[in-house]
Amino acid sequence: MIELVTNMERAERKETEVSEIENRGYVNPGVLVSTDWVANHLNDPQVRIVESNEDPLLYPSGHIPGAVEVDWTRDLNDPVRRDYLGKEGFQALMRRIGVTKDTTVVFYGDKNNWWATYAYWVFQLFGHDKAKIVDGGRIKWLNEGRPLTKDVPSYPPSDYVAAERDDKRIRAFRDQVLEHTNAKKPMIDVRSPAEYSGEKLHMPDYPNEGALRGGHIPGAKSVPWAKAINPDNGTFKSADELRALYEQEAGLKPGDDVVVYCRIGERSSHTWFVLTHLLGYKQVRNYDGSWTEWGNLVGVPIER
Amino acid sequence: MAVPEKLTQTLDLLGSVPDRTERIQLLIDIAGRFEEVPPRLAQRPFPEEAQVPACESEAYVFPEPRPDGTLDFHFAVENPQGISAKAMAVILDDTLSGAPLEQVAEVPTDIVYKVFGRELSMGKSMGLMGMVGMVANLAKKRVEGTA
Repeated sequence: MIELVTNMERAERKETEVSEIENRGYVNPGVLVSTDWVANHLNDPQVRIVESNEDPLLYPSGHIPGAVEVDWTRDLNDPVRRDYLGKEGFQALMRRIGVTKDTTVVFYGDKNNWWATYAYWVFQLFGHDKAKIVDGGRIKWLNEGRPLTKDVPSYPPSDYVAAERDDKRIRAFRDQVLEHTNAKKPMIDVRSPAEYSGEKLHMPDYPNEGALRGGHIPGAKSVPWAKAINPDNGTFKSADELRALYEQEAGLKPGDDVVVYCRIGERSSHTWFVLTHLLGYKQVRNYDGSWTEWGNLVGVPIER
Repeated sequence: MAVPEKLTQTLDLLGSVPDRTERIQLLIDIAGRFEEVPPRLAQRPFPEEAQVPACESEAYVFPEPRPDGTLDFHFAVENPQGISAKAMAVILDDTLSGAPLEQVAEVPTDIVYKVFGRELSMGKSMGLMGMVGMVANLAKKRVEGTA
């Protein structure tokens, strides 16, 4: 009887959580899954759960059972050039973690999923669109008292054949950003207000943040990335709240061609995810060169 | 300027563990020894001037003078997932508390790469380097008599 009640409660909670995400008004609610959904798919062979963090000690300290780690530095970057991995590298990664074309990759991580959305964005450069984000990320899973393990799973290698990386749709380079700002098209700077103003680079005893100049790209509006998150549980805010943030406050319109940036492109991938998937914007590109490139470029315009 | 002896020993120890997985486990164990700044020294909300610049884990450093004129270093890490920051805090406390201030003031920030390896994200390395830099700066101010 006790077990029956527990299962019923669990089922009701699952229904509530699913409908809760769907009821937030997102254009593409299916791109998010709840922690309950994850708990119910831990052994689903069609699902690969991927943890992607900023902190390299987190995954080894404990992770969702069955989850593999995709490390931004070791797995997603070219070891020599400042660029992402190419087709061969991505193919090798997908084969190593046992992902096929039909596998749904479910990302979660620390810092309100900012690294998870970064990994998600890189996966989209190769067109692996069977991908989702765990709403609330690692901290929500932990706060709900769900299990963690230190066991690193091993999956049979797949025969994944990767597509060529497509940098045109969702990635912006410096020359394109220069054209974008000259054309006075909308941009969102997702860094902190002190980074946006350039104040941080002038603070005494403050470490240089990898840029010689402080400020922001002319015309960019400041919307710090974490404003898209409910601070109490790490979940994404509702579509109405997000529209108030990006449209009423920052002036974006759904048909806009938008470039987002931060310091190295990681926080802005989170905003790219929100605008693209939760609000349904069709033309959003992440400028991953971001301030560490723009703030060092000779002759480009800077606003303070 | 000589590097504090305990720091040298710790860096040598970590350097003797070339396997990344073993080193990470060692650092996780070290982070498990983290103890937050005692309430007699600081309580929430912690003062802004004690916050480590560039550290996304919201780390704070609090110096406490010893009778011999050196400093103990206490820390708070507000991000519950900030394991690396906690490991760094334990290492800095273990190796620099009570060390000659002139030596602490000269500790280079790039020791974070000797502790964690080169495979750190830019943001993470800057935050950890900020912790080292803040400790060194507190020692420097003490030496100069400005703190």
